[in-house]
Amino acid sequence: MTTMIVPVRRIPPLGGFNLTFLALEIRRLLRNSRTVIFTLVLPVVFFLIFGAHQSYSSERAGSGNVEAFIMISMAVYGAMLGTTATGAMVSVERAQGWSRQLRLTPLKPVAYIVIKVLTATLVGLASIAAVYLAGAITGAHMPVSVWVETALIAWIGSLVFAAFGLFMGYLLPSENVMQILGPVLALLAFLGGLFIPLDVLGEPFRTLARFTPMYGLNQLVHAPLMHDALSFGAVINVVLWAAVFIAGAAWRFRRDTARV
Amino acid sequence: MINRHGQPTNGPNSAQDHVLPSIRLRGVQKNFGPVRAVRGIDLTVDAGDVVAFLGPNGAGKTTTIDMILGLARPNAGNVEVYGMPPADAVSRGLVTAVMQTGGLLRDLTVAETVRLVSTLFADTRPIDEVPSRAGIADIANRRVGKCSGGQQQRLRFALALLPDPELLILDEPTTGMDVEGRREFWSAIREDTERGRTVLFATHYLEEADAYADRIVLLSRGRIVADGTAAQVKALAAGRTVRATLTGPETASLRTVPGADSIEVRGDTILVHATDSDDVARYLLNHTAARDLEITARNLEDAFLALTADEAANADASTSPARCSQRDPSGQTASTVTVGEGKR
Repeated sequence: MTTMIVPVRRIPPLGGFNLTFLALEIRRLLRNSRTVIFTLVLPVVFFLIFGAHQSYSSERAGSGNVEAFIMISMAVYGAMLGTTATGAMVSVERAQGWSRQLRLTPLKPVAYIVIKVLTATLVGLASIAAVYLAGAITGAHMPVSVWVETALIAWIGSLVFAAFGLFMGYLLPSENVMQILGPVLALLAFLGGLFIPLDVLGEPFRTLARFTPMYGLNQLVHAPLMHDALSFGAVINVVLWAAVFIAGAAWRFRRDTARV
Repeated sequence: MINRHGQPTNGPNSAQDHVLPSIRLRGVQKNFGPVRAVRGIDLTVDAGDVVAFLGPNGAGKTTTIDMILGLARPNAGNVEVYGMPPADAVSRGLVTAVMQTGGLLRDLTVAETVRLVSTLFADTRPIDEVPSRAGIADIANRRVGKCSGGQQQRLRFALALLPDPELLILDEPTTGMDVEGRREFWSAIREDTERGRTVLFATHYLEEADAYADRIVLLSRGRIVADGTAAQVKALAAGRTVRATLTGPETASLRTVPGADSIEVRGDTILVHATDSDDVARYLLNHTAARDLEITARNLEDAFLALTADEAANADASTSPARCSQRDPSGQTASTVTVGEGKR
């Protein structure tokens, strides 16, 4: 037996978090044509169909026009799809055994989640940017400060859905979680008032809609444009759903790392 | 000296005062609900050893490996890797593993996978070096999903080599590979072990254990049933059993049966394990009152059974190499499995 020498072994800083990892995560997302279509193409297409060059497009809405209103809705929808899809990637990674492989490296589970959330942040931002760019070109109109404010609210608010995606990604043992979540998100967007004004719904539906996860964000994100007072109900809606999704994701995440 | 966090207290590469084993398992047990997957394993693997975990499916190989890697926590007992909890050893890159299946992202290329994993360790080998050592330098730009099973396995091997681990663990690494892939994979591993890395691999192929391990640990039903060199374990699996009915005091004189490796007496039945069963049969028939003589070949499966089945039956305690011993369910050395030397 040779003399036992254990060389100095360092632990990586930040639990293994690094920008190369982040860059590769984004590259993977961009390689997935379904994700690209759903987060970057589809919201823009929806906006162009329903928001731009319609008879109502140039009508006044708050301090801008209706086109701007619809642009904001579609940007939120796209950002939520993107952040959910990013979070839900954990299900694919678990199915492929990648999570297990990562557990054989110094990567701390929290660093992994941070990477996911940052990736979601960037995807959400890209989605909003794509729709806003389309809006700027096709004649969406509102004050500059409202462009910035609505984009920020849409961006930060959509991160709630990164937690939703993580929660579902850990919960559903499937490689194709987004096939389930895509229709769910569409339904939530509908009930949240992103696709149609909730006024056209009957009273029971309108009441139900107030309790769905996209309702609050939809109210908040349009507030700068419509000069609405800050709605207490909308804030409560966002905060409560954020708490539910984050708690759910944390719960499943803990189970996952304590597993086996 | 190295403190319990693995930090040398007096500069880099300082040797310890005492030999620190690569792996130390003490009384390790793991249950999955009512299933007792690992029922008390004590094992020490020293640095530089190449050890095979050999055993049938369900013997507890993977479960034990998972505990050594910190992927599973034992219900009882204690696991140390280089004197630390497994997770600490993993986060320092002291131990890495090549798992059976999965563990790769299909949408990354081979090179991207290596680059990604390399960023997770504090220190790694150059990322151009490991693929060539694992024999996948030529497919660096291929998507993982388009790689063959053998290529994916060599990619896992490349990833495992990245932090230049002291201990490399392979869990049935050649499962599902064809003969050629298996040979190529093992030649890459062998090249690597010649550099002095400690290796623990699980397999259910005796040939693999024989060809690549210095030491074979036989597992069966969650216990270590034998532990010795390849030659010793092969001797357990080789040979035949001569069974005969023999009554009376003659059994006492049977210690001297020529060619016998071990002798068991069960009432009127004697079981003689031998590499040269002809000699034994000849002796029994010519020199004793043995009757109903039966000769059966022993394969590895029989060896497992023989080693686990009858804890009560004592083998004849004759000379035996130190480490090759049979254990009873309490995990203590109960009776010596006699293994002749130089039987290959």
